[in-house]
Amino acid sequence: MTEPGRLAGADPLEALAAEWAEEVEGTSYVPMAADELRAHLRELARVVVAAVHADPPRPNVGAAVGRRLVLAHFTGPATVERTVLLLGERMPALYGPRVRAAAHALTGSLAAGYAAALRGRTLDEQEAIRRAVLAARQHTEQALHASEARFRAMFHEAAIGIGLGDVQGRIIDVNPALCAMFGYTAEEFTRRSVVQQMHPDDAPSVWERYERLLRGDIDNFRVEKRFYRADGTEIVVHLTLSLVRDEQGDPAYQVAMLEDVSERHRLQAHMEYQAYHDPLTTLANRARFTERLERVFAEAGPSSTRRVGVCFLDLDGFKTINDSLGHHVGDVMLQEVARRLAACAGEGELVARTGGDEFVVLVEDSHGVDRLVDLADRVLAALEPPFRLVGQELVTGASIGVVEKAVSETTASELMRAADITLYTAKAEGRGRWAVHDPSRDEAETARFTLSAALPAAVAHDEFFVLYQPLVSLADHRIRGVEALVRWQHPRLGVLSPSLFIGPAEETGVIVPLGRRVLEAACRDARDWHAEFGDASPFVSVNVAPRQLHEPGLVAEIAALLDRTGLPADRLQVELTERALTTDEGAPLKALDSLRAMGIKIAVDDFGTGYSNLSYLRRLPVDVIKLDGSFGEGLREEELSDEVDERIVGTLVALGHALDLTVTAEGVETAEQAARLRALGCDEGQGWLFAPALPAGDIAAMLRRGLPLGQS
Amino acid sequence: MDRPSAARVYDYYLGGLHNFAADREMAARAVADWPELPRIMQANRAFLRRAVRHLVAQGIDQFLDIGSGIPTAGNVHEVAQAAAPDAHVVYVDIDPVAVAHARALLADDPRTGVVQGDFTDVDAVLGDPTTRSLLDFSRPVGVLVVALLHFVGDERRPADVLARYRAAMAPGSHLVVSHASADGAPDRADEHQSLYRRTATPMTMRSRDEIAALLDGFTLVEPGIVFLPQWRPDDPVPPANPERFTGYAAVGRRD
Repeated sequence: MTEPGRLAGADPLEALAAEWAEEVEGTSYVPMAADELRAHLRELARVVVAAVHADPPRPNVGAAVGRRLVLAHFTGPATVERTVLLLGERMPALYGPRVRAAAHALTGSLAAGYAAALRGRTLDEQEAIRRAVLAARQHTEQALHASEARFRAMFHEAAIGIGLGDVQGRIIDVNPALCAMFGYTAEEFTRRSVVQQMHPDDAPSVWERYERLLRGDIDNFRVEKRFYRADGTEIVVHLTLSLVRDEQGDPAYQVAMLEDVSERHRLQAHMEYQAYHDPLTTLANRARFTERLERVFAEAGPSSTRRVGVCFLDLDGFKTINDSLGHHVGDVMLQEVARRLAACAGEGELVARTGGDEFVVLVEDSHGVDRLVDLADRVLAALEPPFRLVGQELVTGASIGVVEKAVSETTASELMRAADITLYTAKAEGRGRWAVHDPSRDEAETARFTLSAALPAAVAHDEFFVLYQPLVSLADHRIRGVEALVRWQHPRLGVLSPSLFIGPAEETGVIVPLGRRVLEAACRDARDWHAEFGDASPFVSVNVAPRQLHEPGLVAEIAALLDRTGLPADRLQVELTERALTTDEGAPLKALDSLRAMGIKIAVDDFGTGYSNLSYLRRLPVDVIKLDGSFGEGLREEELSDEVDERIVGTLVALGHALDLTVTAEGVETAEQAARLRALGCDEGQGWLFAPALPAGDIAAMLRRGLPLGQS
Repeated sequence: MDRPSAARVYDYYLGGLHNFAADREMAARAVADWPELPRIMQANRAFLRRAVRHLVAQGIDQFLDIGSGIPTAGNVHEVAQAAAPDAHVVYVDIDPVAVAHARALLADDPRTGVVQGDFTDVDAVLGDPTTRSLLDFSRPVGVLVVALLHFVGDERRPADVLARYRAAMAPGSHLVVSHASADGAPDRADEHQSLYRRTATPMTMRSRDEIAALLDGFTLVEPGIVFLPQWRPDDPVPPANPERFTGYAAVGRRD
């Protein structure tokens, strides 16, 4: 309360309003600025003062003032208390005692009006807030309902199967997609439990993870697993299982989402089948066989006692049947052979078709050669009965190479090489039999023996052909010459490389007629290139065996050949091995001198591998030395550069150049090697980097293109 | 109704009757610990009114009031429309009851709208059809976050959220902020904070510097960040012991 009469002298109405404002300030929150508040109260004070001064006084005006206070948000209890006290005391003080009775009556009326208005306002606002709560709740429920409806629609229409289960593993709800996937109705599903969906193929980890999920250790996992449908058929399903937790974070539900991937699996299986099977016979193919064989080796540790065996077989006389009766009959026969072979194979034995009429049976754990021999006998017996094909009875047999070894003693490729040579031995020894690989016997010897027996007829039948491997200048990688390389088109064994038959040919003397044919073919092809490319045409380098060199008529023969073909002599080079040159006989040197006199170049092949008496070079009529490929091996990889090899090559090149010889490097396989050899001074190179041995037509095409070789 | 809500407790402090027993009980406990609270709340409301008037004086006629609560005495639209009759106001609150009540109250005023939304979900607030139809963000707008940010914990990155609102505000727009702080009365503030921890809207008091950091990118309007009653008071006489009003007020301009 302020001091009475404090504002005496001023306008009593202003004083009353100011005191009133000061009294109630802060007793209620009123959204007004201080001056607004004062103005508001001044207006109320004017009404109040007018009422008490009226004749007769109108104390009921107080009720209206009380209402207006509530309306202006003077809702604090202290506001009405201080207002009643202030008006009751200050009005008589300011306007004289005659207003006391009216002021009393008016403040009573004000309190009543205030209470009535506040009561009304309270009821209204409580009503409003309750209605708001209801509206909010209704809104929330509607939203929940809409979200529920959306969820139901999604659940119902989803293309993937969805199932809901409790933490006891009971299935609570499933969607139609899941029913369709499994062939159960929703009711049937809800009578089942999650663990009833086990499949014998399930990895134990699947159900371990399931338990961990139910315990709440993990929130979800994905797995691809098999399920049984209601009709007992199997499906492969991509399953995502998720845990739903309650508000406390404890496991409450499990939600399974399932996607049927059976079709994808079938497709994948089919593609895998195709990749690993021979479409004609449905047997495993070479890729599957190789994979399985390599796996046997990969799985076995170094101390493994595991043994592995193969029967490698090749049909006898199949080519004749195929050629005479047509591919269709051949194919039907292969299918029948495959059936019989498959019937012979037992547990742990894989039958594969590895090529035309080539089959192999892999025995992954052989425990000794006896099992393989039994198998080979069974195979031969199975192929014995005639084949009834296209109304005819056809007979075929097979030769079988049998190899059986401890895994720790060999490698997959060694095993197959042994099988190959053993098969060849079996064939050579006569058809319709098996041979067991015997490391104590030199099978290569056997092979050579049988090959050398066949050689004369082969020369007579003209079973040989010539390929050419380019010799390039290391300075510009352009072709300078080609080396003629002979191949044997063996009617049964396919193309054979010279390493298999040159030895026997030299021993038996067949090398002389064979060499003659090669020389002739080479000169004809070189002549053709010369006719087309003139001075740019390559020289042809032809290997001449010591035995040929000792033939008295060689020089005259070559002269006649050059004459006959029209090849300039400087386009011919004769290659001899170091050994052929260092024999102490006079004839060869004379022959070489004569050849050089004609303009033919002489090259020493495989230089450095023979008897290393370098002094002979000075005395011999030689134009070119060809460094053996083994010297360049250490120079292939930049990092693995072998200093010793590098120095040896450098020395040999220096030596060759000192004698005014051309130095050619053989076996050049990498660009690094070529660069290094060039840096060491080599003039020419030959090897896979530039080109393999090619037919004459390909060489011509290469010359026409005129591009440098071995540059990527 | 069983759990106190910040909006309804605030209403109670302001003498409103839009509240329930749980709200009043909570308010009573708070006041028992800290008798000045109702005055602080009133000071906050008074600041809101002064700030809106200031913005109207700057020519701003559209307002986004985020965390508006129960539309109690001294609504933004009433204050704004008293000075600029065509002013548009959009109220945003996360409390569905506050929103339902505001909708009922404002149903007849086409210049106002109510959005239920979360302050931190900037895209939802600004992208709401009501917001878009009533406010034109190519012109200056007043964004009010009055007594709101202390309900937004640091883990919700309020500074980043404000920066996103700022990016949407045309130059000349203003941000109005008031924020509870323990700077004036640390002991009481602590107790108060722990009291709110049990409600749906826990509280984070911030220091003056922390509040300044939230306003990064806005140019503070005079007198800067001050205690609630100190911000452009109606009365030239400064209120005694302003630090009793442990809350800061500030208005920032987007240049």
